[in-house]
Amino acid sequence: MGAYAVRRVFMLLPVLFGMSLLVFSIIYLIPGNPAQIILGQRATAEAIAEVEKQLGLDQPWHIQYVDYIGSLLQGDLGTSIKTDVPISQEIFPYLAATVELTIVAMVIAIFIGVNAGIISAWFHNSWFDYTAMVFALIGVSMPIFWLGLMEQYIFSVQLDWLPSTGRYEASSVIDPITHLYLVDTLIQGNMEQFTDVAKHLVLPGIALATIPMAIIARMTRSSMLEVMRSDYIRTARAKGLTNFWVVYKHSLKNAVIPVLTVIGLQTGLLLGGAILTETIFGWPGIGRYIYDAIQYRDYPVIQSGILLIATIFVFINVIVDLLYALIDPRIDYK
Amino acid sequence: MGKQQDILHVQGLRTSFFTDNGIVPAVDDINFSIHKGEILGIVGESGCGKSVTSLSIMGLLPQAGKIVGGEIFFQGESLTKATEKRMRSIRGNEIAMIFQEPMTSLNPLFKIGNQLTEAIHTHQSCSKEKARKRNIEMLELVGLPRAEQLLNDYPHQLSGGMRQRVMIAMSMICEPQLLIADEPTTALDVTIQKQILQLMKELNRKLHTSIMMITHDLGVVAEVCDRVVVMYAGKIVEEAPVRTLFKHALHPYTKGLLASVPDIRSKKDRLQSIPGNVPKPGSIDKGCRFAERCEHAMERCFVEDPPLYKMETNQQVRCFLYDTETKKEASHETTIT
Ligand SMILES: Nc1ncnc2c1ncn2[C@@H]1O[C@H](COP(=O)(O)OP(=O)(O)OP(=O)(O)O)[C@@H](O)[C@H]1O
Ligand code: SF4
Ligand SMILES: [Mg+2]
Repeated sequence: MGAYAVRRVFMLLPVLFGMSLLVFSIIYLIPGNPAQIILGQRATAEAIAEVEKQLGLDQPWHIQYVDYIGSLLQGDLGTSIKTDVPISQEIFPYLAATVELTIVAMVIAIFIGVNAGIISAWFHNSWFDYTAMVFALIGVSMPIFWLGLMEQYIFSVQLDWLPSTGRYEASSVIDPITHLYLVDTLIQGNMEQFTDVAKHLVLPGIALATIPMAIIARMTRSSMLEVMRSDYIRTARAKGLTNFWVVYKHSLKNAVIPVLTVIGLQTGLLLGGAILTETIFGWPGIGRYIYDAIQYRDYPVIQSGILLIATIFVFINVIVDLLYALIDPRIDYK
Repeated sequence: MGKQQDILHVQGLRTSFFTDNGIVPAVDDINFSIHKGEILGIVGESGCGKSVTSLSIMGLLPQAGKIVGGEIFFQGESLTKATEKRMRSIRGNEIAMIFQEPMTSLNPLFKIGNQLTEAIHTHQSCSKEKARKRNIEMLELVGLPRAEQLLNDYPHQLSGGMRQRVMIAMSMICEPQLLIADEPTTALDVTIQKQILQLMKELNRKLHTSIMMITHDLGVVAEVCDRVVVMYAGKIVEEAPVRTLFKHALHPYTKGLLASVPDIRSKKDRLQSIPGNVPKPGSIDKGCRFAERCEHAMERCFVEDPPLYKMETNQQVRCFLYDTETKKEASHETTIT
């Protein structure tokens, strides 16, 4: 298994290589002189030359690419043009904000989606099944920014139950350790801040959870329906097992295999930074970070941000593959 | 209620399926008993209701299926009136079941040891070590070599024959009084078939487990059964001790089945010797269900339902040929010609 994991990661190398090449060439794909575009029409020749040098644009492209890869391998993601801060330092809090929100959203989506799928399958064609599937249909087709706005209107403006934007109350100060504030406040034992952070996660968490939850529920349902017809489930029932064990041990483990793919894909999408949702909820996540960089034409940030997200996406796929192998002994990973 | 030595007594059982296309009476007024320590064969063509009968006993009918009449007694206790909780404590513990498809009957994601232990722990509390010993003991009993290693194997690492042995070990692990085997050898090749049948017979002798052996293969019946029930289109058409059945079957359908036995060996479709097809359940509302295919069919066969006639030979047969009235007529006719 360990060897399989290593091999699976090694197989990523060409993919990562290709991605880096693609991201690297962004700067060549835009028409015109990048330095000019960054600085605007009225920039002086000296300023342009300065930025070109900073970006290494005065070198031939293959030298630039080798340099680029070289610094990437050393963990150097370049320097932001806007702030002049190394991107590897700057990007982390944004990434952490998105990761925290993604985890919360996916936990909600998986817990509700999987269970709704199970119950729908078990009470196949019942009112629960119909209701759940109608909601799932609405869920996948709902414009999420609209849902976000409605949440804010109802729960923040009208009922005043939950905060509508940000990661925590502006008046409080959180000492960042991991930048996952739920974890940080917990480590510091500050329950008041912990609750505050948790409250801030609720509305954006639910908004982001909606689509994955709906997709997971549908997938779980159809997968469970198929598994429940199988011979080994009849065997399990013939043994005298309770429905609970038949469902949660024998059926679910088999049914979850196709659902994992969906979960992996959706997690990757959320980690990509849901720019719209992050904007609505004032969430300082990676989506916002890259969006702002695009506004400012901060190419190093755009490049590194995209590369980072793409890398995470690819690694999630590997994790899903490894989970497959872990769950299903029939998968030959030798 | 059944006699004292009956382990199972099925009385007037009717099971129907409520489908979009109407009600399908899959099993229609079935009566039979299984004595203690006996192997009862249930034979009949595909779709005649064998599996539905066994699933009715286990209380494991699919959603659309319902017992609409009759009663099932297990050791004098009504299963049709039992609560689901009581049924769970019977399943796997007092009545166990094995199925036709050994390749898919074990859960592919759990080790053999896990699935065996689960069968024990569902009904008894005992230490892990004790359960492990019991697992090994059972695997050895069903003739599986290197039992200890097998516990750590997954089903896909085993052959079909081995999986069926594991299924048998699993079903017998709580020492049930009754084992229902629904075509346990149909999916296996001939040599393995023989071994599995031999094994079941052995277990029957050693552990005194009664067995309800469902099959469409009269060869299997001849090999292991003590008594046979022949089903046709949801009804029992004949019941007899095995030797009697093979020596002088009474029902025209049974005779047809027997006449085609050699064909099984030569791999020819055994149904060809009886022309025509089994009628769909519910498609015949009156008369003998076999009438279309019966060469002895008389006028009354198409209008009246034949009852089960008890014969002196310990046989029962559902056919007007054995009505004493008809017999007289028939003999009368023969004297004229
Ligand atoms: N799920 C179901 N829905 C509707 N009808 C069913 C269902 N299962 C069985 N039946 C009906 O019950 C009849 C008997 O089926 P059953 O499975 O008992 O046959 P069988 O004797 O076991 O045949 P085989 O030898 O093919 O296993 C079938 O002809 C079919 O019409
Ligand atoms: S009752 Fe009539 S049709 Fe039915 S088996 Fe007997 S003779 Fe044939
Ligand atoms: Mg069957």
